[in-house]
Amino acid sequence: MEKRIRVLVAKPGLDGHDRGAKVVARALRDAGFEVIYTGIRLTPEQIAEAALQEDVNVVALSLLSGAHNTLFPRIVEIMKQKGIKDVLTIGGGVIPDADIPGLKAAGIAEVFTPGTPTEKIIEFIKANVK
Amino acid sequence: MDIVAELLNGSKLAISRAITAVENEYGDAVEILQKIYPHTGRAYVIGITGPPGAGKSTLTDKLTKEYRSRGKTVGIIAVDPSSPFSGGAILGDRIRMNELTMDEGVFIRSMATRGSLGGMSRKTAEAVKVLDAAGKDIIFIETVGVGQSEVDIVKAADTTLVVLVPGLGDDIQAIKAGILEIGDVFAINKADRDGVERLHIEIEMMLDLDQNETEWRPKITRTIASQNQGVVELVDSIEEHAAYMVKTGLIQKRRFARTRNEILTMLDEAIQAYLKKKVANSRFEALTEEVSQRKNDPYSAVKSILAEVLK
Repeated sequence: MEKRIRVLVAKPGLDGHDRGAKVVARALRDAGFEVIYTGIRLTPEQIAEAALQEDVNVVALSLLSGAHNTLFPRIVEIMKQKGIKDVLTIGGGVIPDADIPGLKAAGIAEVFTPGTPTEKIIEFIKANVK
Repeated sequence: MDIVAELLNGSKLAISRAITAVENEYGDAVEILQKIYPHTGRAYVIGITGPPGAGKSTLTDKLTKEYRSRGKTVGIIAVDPSSPFSGGAILGDRIRMNELTMDEGVFIRSMATRGSLGGMSRKTAEAVKVLDAAGKDIIFIETVGVGQSEVDIVKAADTTLVVLVPGLGDDIQAIKAGILEIGDVFAINKADRDGVERLHIEIEMMLDLDQNETEWRPKITRTIASQNQGVVELVDSIEEHAAYMVKTGLIQKRRFARTRNEILTMLDEAIQAYLKKKVANSRFEALTEEVSQRKNDPYSAVKSILAEVLK
């Protein structure tokens, strides 16, 4: 049976703005990916645990509350502790350009800000998935 | 890592990797399944099926919490449909189960149907074996939202729970063949809605007309899953059915039929693979050409292929 790229789309933190995450989830579905959508207001621990149980290839985080510098690296860290080594983690949302280098250093492979065409995200995943 | 040894120890990473191997038919999938097979057959498998939006995921969440409070560990396979066009899927059942994620005694895996039409994926039963071998006491299979005829769940489950909601149709719906026939236990969810009395009576009437020889009369429990109402009663009636299955020996019969079916299916697949290997594609194309030009007929074509392969 054909292998399919599995993506966890998750929203850490306290904002409830999930339109962007849903648009991305839908675009990834149409690109042939299996998208596990977990809804809003999750803790980093819940997201890392869901990534573990679902054995996803990609974790796509959406956040609009401003807490990305805390929550994104924390999720990467917990996934490492759980022994998940080969997952591609990407982020999206209202994230200032100045914060992006720090997030990349913390293990977020790429950050997609508002206005990014969904094709760009799909291309990035296809090119970088492990 | 030794994936089998670790999953038998309950390692979640190993369980997760093993399900992936099985689902994608990786090279080591058969070996994993062979090694874990002696450790399977211990879990009690409960199928949860019903139309889209009936509340299957929310009910699975609540049933799991109730089983946890009774000291059982739980595995959940939640199936959602793959797109027939892109092959992609949105697996959204976890949204209703986020509170279970951090419970060490629960493991949840989402699966896409990947083209299967019976309400589950072709690999769901194998994923259940992985969770079974890993020591889960109760395993829920939540099917896709079904219409009338996606009844594969009965082949995989020890007890099948059919979840219905008021307001979907008149009483002729209740006497049609299909999912209403497969329920060992019924739940009428969203029971605070209009039409609950009528639906209850309709299911009872359908059960009155049932000519099956068994003495089990499926119980109907009213639930409001979102408010955790009726959940204890529902688990009680599932447990009652489980006890009945054990007492009457029906569980062995059902599992024997399942094993038989499983072997037959695998045999079918193996024979197909063998045929594809044995019959050259060019030979097959040539025959197809003959048949489509009416120089030959499909029945004779099949006979001649079989004669060649089975000589």
